[in-house]
Amino acid sequence: MTDFLQQSWPWYVAGPLIGLTVPALLLIGNKALGISSSLRHVCAACVPAGIPFLTYNWRKEVWNLWFVLGIGLGGFLGYQVLGHPATVAISPETVHDLRTQLHLTDFSGLLPRELFALENLATWKGWVFMVLGGFLVGFGTRYAGGCTSGHAISGLSNLQWVSLVAVVGFFAGGLLMTWVIYPLLF
Amino acid sequence: MKNLKYLVLGVLFGIILTKSEVISWFRIQEMFRFQAFHMYGVIGSALFVGLVSIQLIKRYHLKTLTGEEIHLADKQYNHGVWIGGILFGLGWAITGACPGPLFAQLGSGAGAAAVMILAALAGTWTYSALRERLPH
Repeated sequence: MTDFLQQSWPWYVAGPLIGLTVPALLLIGNKALGISSSLRHVCAACVPAGIPFLTYNWRKEVWNLWFVLGIGLGGFLGYQVLGHPATVAISPETVHDLRTQLHLTDFSGLLPRELFALENLATWKGWVFMVLGGFLVGFGTRYAGGCTSGHAISGLSNLQWVSLVAVVGFFAGGLLMTWVIYPLLF
Repeated sequence: MKNLKYLVLGVLFGIILTKSEVISWFRIQEMFRFQAFHMYGVIGSALFVGLVSIQLIKRYHLKTLTGEEIHLADKQYNHGVWIGGILFGLGWAITGACPGPLFAQLGSGAGAAAVMILAALAGTWTYSALRERLPH
């Protein structure tokens, strides 16, 4: 059991468990899975600035912030406490591509240090990866009305065609960045 | 403490995201390069289990633990769904994270996640401020 907890989990264990979060949230509290809303609630709570879209009773949605706090704790437990292999076992083809196209050499940890070390905030590349990237995640998910959890899992589970449009958009953007823009940046 | 159950569920969700390496930038790159089945397996099987669960909840008119009728809101289309979707996709491939994984990464000890969360909050706030002037 401890061995199983320490190694990384295969998709057929993790995926169904993630899927079960959808009925779990509905059954324990009539809540729809969706994480990007938490960003809106934090904005509404901290800097509403009289913006209509941020003027609502965010306290009614505070469950979402507790859920997100839990995710953070889960990240701590899953990585620091349970322990984890030092290197994510991605495919040799991906390692090859990242070495040759993005010039990465360090494959340890969850994020490549060469792009996400905090010292990189002194360089334009650090700003692109951490600041612009994060900004697009926040701006885009709210504009689209949801993220991978709200649209790809929860929305598609409820057969919402709007969510299919969103998911096609997510992949279109991701492929555009990976295949067209990355080669221009590196 | 009526929010404790959401905290517990969040902890479990965060552990699953972390142990399955869904929160790794490397895994997201592998997905966008179509070089492994891992991410497709995770998302696909999550979706399958979610779909079957919701259909069962609907067919048997299941109620919440406190006996409430379960309510699933329909999502409305507007042009923002695909414009925003593409913008998020660009950010997803840069950061290697969607909003949930960002919080799990922060918990795992990645300082970069703190910067990305602050930037995501700035993005959400900017969208909120510009909302009326953006095409929808």
